[in-house]
Amino acid sequence: MHDNEHASHHHEESFISKYIFSLDHKTIGKQFLIYGLIMFFVGGGLALLFRWQLAYPERPVPIIGASEKYMEEGEVTTGADKMWERIYETDEEEWLEVNMPNGVIEPAFYNMLFTMHATIMVFFVVVPILVGAFGNFLIPLMIGTRDMAFPILNMLSFWLAVLAAIIMAIGFFVPGGHAAAGWTGYAPLSADPQWTGVDWGQNLWAISLLIQGFSSLVGSINYITTIINMRAPGMTLFRMPLVIWSLFIVAILLLLAFPVLSSALALLIFDRLAGTTFFTATAEGGGDPLLWQHLFWFFGHPEVYVLILPGMGIASELIPVFSRKPIFGYRSMVYAMIAIAFLGWIVWGHHMFQSGMQPTLGSAFMMTTMLIAVPSAIKTFNWLGTMYKGSIQFTSPMLHSIAFVSMFVIGGLSGIYMANAPVDGFIHDTYYIVAHIHYVVFGGSLFAIFGGIIFWFPKMYGRHMNDVLNKIHFWLTFVAFNCTFFPMHILGVGGHMRRISNPMQYEFLQGFQGMNIFITMSAFTLGAAQLILVFNFFWSMSRGKVAEKNPWHVNTLEWEAPTPVPHGNFVGPVPTVYRGPYEYSVPGEESDWIPQVQPEHAPATGGD
Amino acid sequence: MLQWLPENISTFGQGVDNIFHIIYYITLVVFILVMGTLIIFLIKYRHQAGQKATYIEGSTTLEIVWTAATTVIVFGLAMLSYPQWNQIKSPNEFPANPDVLVQVSGKQFNWDMTYPGPDNELGTDDDLELENELHVPVNAVVHIRLTAEDVIHSFFVPQLRLKQDALPNRFINVWFEATKTGRYEIPCAELCGFGHSGMLGYLNVHSQADYDAWVKERWPQ
Repeated sequence: MHDNEHASHHHEESFISKYIFSLDHKTIGKQFLIYGLIMFFVGGGLALLFRWQLAYPERPVPIIGASEKYMEEGEVTTGADKMWERIYETDEEEWLEVNMPNGVIEPAFYNMLFTMHATIMVFFVVVPILVGAFGNFLIPLMIGTRDMAFPILNMLSFWLAVLAAIIMAIGFFVPGGHAAAGWTGYAPLSADPQWTGVDWGQNLWAISLLIQGFSSLVGSINYITTIINMRAPGMTLFRMPLVIWSLFIVAILLLLAFPVLSSALALLIFDRLAGTTFFTATAEGGGDPLLWQHLFWFFGHPEVYVLILPGMGIASELIPVFSRKPIFGYRSMVYAMIAIAFLGWIVWGHHMFQSGMQPTLGSAFMMTTMLIAVPSAIKTFNWLGTMYKGSIQFTSPMLHSIAFVSMFVIGGLSGIYMANAPVDGFIHDTYYIVAHIHYVVFGGSLFAIFGGIIFWFPKMYGRHMNDVLNKIHFWLTFVAFNCTFFPMHILGVGGHMRRISNPMQYEFLQGFQGMNIFITMSAFTLGAAQLILVFNFFWSMSRGKVAEKNPWHVNTLEWEAPTPVPHGNFVGPVPTVYRGPYEYSVPGEESDWIPQVQPEHAPATGGD
Repeated sequence: MLQWLPENISTFGQGVDNIFHIIYYITLVVFILVMGTLIIFLIKYRHQAGQKATYIEGSTTLEIVWTAATTVIVFGLAMLSYPQWNQIKSPNEFPANPDVLVQVSGKQFNWDMTYPGPDNELGTDDDLELENELHVPVNAVVHIRLTAEDVIHSFFVPQLRLKQDALPNRFINVWFEATKTGRYEIPCAELCGFGHSGMLGYLNVHSQADYDAWVKERWPQ
């Protein structure tokens, strides 16, 4: 067997090949995780800046903003005033002077802030963590193999993502500022610098996303190949843990969806740099702004499911473990994920109900979109069913999973409103949409990510995260999250548009200012709470309580590997799988868990 | 939640609000049931010393029940919404022969309103152009020929429950019938550049007599 031969390759590695240009899927997974956490702070910081502007329009931001006295009378009283004095004295236009004179956020800068907040959170935080970190770390371990099918491609996938992040970061500092046409980059606003004044920022945005696309593409090819070809003996498809199913489905979505975005981005770059008119309509002819929307959302909607499916997968791992019960309806969970992935391809038009698209087409998209409620409901009911008659342990990962389910319920139910075309006619482009996306992607994906990090941390770093800090982080995040995003539903029902920098300019929105201030306060609390997580994460790497091999008593294969997991993952031959992944509390068994590697001695109970 | 909806002043707005209410009550009931069940489970089935979980792998009957129930509800909602959607957006189902026709064009960062004048034809000498001010009579069918000059804008009147993107070089027909006089804001709802926030027009709904007077003042013959 090539397994034994592979296992003997335990030569010493240099620092660079072990930690930087590593080919080991576990190291690459951890690299993606830290990458995602760093970008999480960049993306979150941008959000706090624009939240300030929404609560206190035209007022200087705290700490670096100039004092009132300085702004009115030019009298220097604070350290910040001194800084502004220095900035104004120089001849050249400094970055701060252009974007936030006196610390007041300019409208163009505001557009850039929310554009980059979403771009970073979607492409540089949630996807890298869910797919890059958990995908890389878990797939080989959980299907019982020694590494990914293509380790070099895997390394390439990470370093392409780093390159994309660097290019994206440069965009902040080019003349004209970074992309400011929304994360959806609607043309013609994004297609011609004359409409925004943004020149290379938008180009770099497109180029960076093109590269990020390659990174995802390379990663997904790797995942699909690995899952199809390299499962341990006995690991049939229907004995795979649900998180692996979710990552498998997501890899297929990414493989098929990202090239569509890449093509659209390439055309956008041509429009901007080569004078083509794919996305601009002129009287003489040319292209069509709606073409961009169709291409973007044909990618974008499957992308939205890329953001949530692995979260569902993680919750489906954690809930059985901490309920000490098999997952309820394993197969229907798999079919529901496949159904969501399939429907994801035929619903993109619901983003375009009010775009000028043929109304009849809108009717068709309304029906397909509504249908997504069906597999989503199946999943929710199955999670509830898993807890039914369980023995629920309220560990930190479980708390995050419960939060995931509850927040996903709210995000799912609010989706029904905008799936409905006539109602969408009112709430489209309002804060209702903002509330919905955050309930799904923050309330959903991020709670699953937090739960997953705490759960697999012992396997990743051989230590536990501090549980007290985890609990504080959880409760602060849970409360602050709901205080931040729930009121946005109400703003949306009141007609509050998204992407406006100053709601006070509108008479019908002035009554909402108190709510905007409350949201901003909550957002700052939410941001501060994340510092606890990051401190805990890095502190526990070296100081946490040392973890045993399988501290949570889990059945799946990653817990069969020693801690810390060596190069090659398993000692001796790869494990053989005899049963499904969720054999908890089997009647007649003394232990309440039966690892997948334990041979059958009773009639078949789980899996296939 | 519902009391936050702005006042409705259009003929089709009540229909939109009705669907909104139906969805609101359905989702509220589902939310309470699901969360209630979750909380009961969390309390009742919390880990207790000496108690083991019950081994249950699933239930085909339950899967079929909740799949079917959800399908019926969402299918019903969609069917209920089709007439409403077509009434608002489908040009075949608009009331024909408008009482007033106006061309509205979004441009960074204003709404340009063009009235065709007495000949009821756009692009003639008697056209009247107004910036950010739209005047219409109450209880009359208004057709808007919506377009944009530069980027995409979105014509949004919250009180009319009406939103429609305006696209360059495309003319989209929009209709409404206002049921109450007053002055209402017309924000732009689609990001259109650095002046997007504050791009704001006004819809002035006049009584028929006031509107006639306004017309007479503009086109004296």
